[in-house]
Amino acid sequence: EFWENVRIPGSEQDLNQALEYGGRVADYMEFAELIALDALNRRESCGGHFREESQTEDNEALRDDENYAYTAAWEYANGGKEPILHREPLTFEYAKPSQRSYK
Amino acid sequence: MRLNLIIWRQPGPKAAGRMVEYKLDDVSPDMSFVEMLDVLNEQLTLRGEEPVAFESDCREGICGNCGLMVNGRAHGPLPGTTVCQLHMRQYRDGDTIVIEPWRAAAFPVLKDLVVDRSAFDRIIAAGGYVSVNTGSPPDANTIPIGRDTVEQAMDSAACIGCGACVAQCKNASAALFTSAKVAHLGLLPQGKVEEARRVVRMVAQMDAEGFGSCSNEGECEAVCPKNIPMTNIARMNRAYLKAVAK
Repeated sequence: EFWENVRIPGSEQDLNQALEYGGRVADYMEFAELIALDALNRRESCGGHFREESQTEDNEALRDDENYAYTAAWEYANGGKEPILHREPLTFEYAKPSQRSYK
Repeated sequence: MRLNLIIWRQPGPKAAGRMVEYKLDDVSPDMSFVEMLDVLNEQLTLRGEEPVAFESDCREGICGNCGLMVNGRAHGPLPGTTVCQLHMRQYRDGDTIVIEPWRAAAFPVLKDLVVDRSAFDRIIAAGGYVSVNTGSPPDANTIPIGRDTVEQAMDSAACIGCGACVAQCKNASAALFTSAKVAHLGLLPQGKVEEARRVVRMVAQMDAEGFGSCSNEGECEAVCPKNIPMTNIARMNRAYLKAVAK
């Protein structure tokens, strides 16, 4: 909807602040879309990322370390295609991740 | 409130500019001056006209980007206040406000109210730094410096490089700006080492950029949003004479 309704006065030939702002908002939108995509992709609860279907009996975040112990790095794909996921595995040698509990 | 705005419009650096009048309604007294321009620009955009180009960044009074000549006074009527910190409660319904960019040969207008202040960057690059090895913070802490000196150095360091001094000066002199940096660094022991070389090079760059000479008129100090004192100019002149008289 942004791309259909955006109005940028002036031309690209001279200093055009409206064009600069428009470009920035377009970047924000693209980034927001990526964040949502990444959140949907992570089918576990972990830290601040919480899914209703993935919680303990105490309503704490329930992780899925077997499948999701990685940092997601997304590669931009040209031509309106979905970004490509690169997994950077997280390994813990000295501190073992455990279940969060405030009890 | 409703305001009559008379704003300098200039489509490009080489184009001729002119003053254009706009009427702006529903200006809230709580708006800042640049916010008021944003509101005007939104209306212009919706009307299909080109918005007024103007600079702003931090909108907090510390970055030095937002320079505007408001009714002939740099940064508007309040002393020690940048135009981004000036609020519309200073104005009354029906007021006319004339808005112009900084006028100086060394600050060419890029578009509407935006000017090129890179001349200031080049002055700082010519000497506004300390390039001797001053050690680490513990070394600095062992050098005692008198409290008055510290206060003066900090007051001079407060210069944000906005260019109001140049814009208001009849000679478009950058003496207040250059001397603020010369004073800030020259008052402190780490800066004293290179003071002679620094002041000669910065003054030379200031002259090369096309800024005018200082004739002690005092408008610079009067409009400076950080209240930089003119005594720095005297300090710079003395340092300069000391450096060239050797």
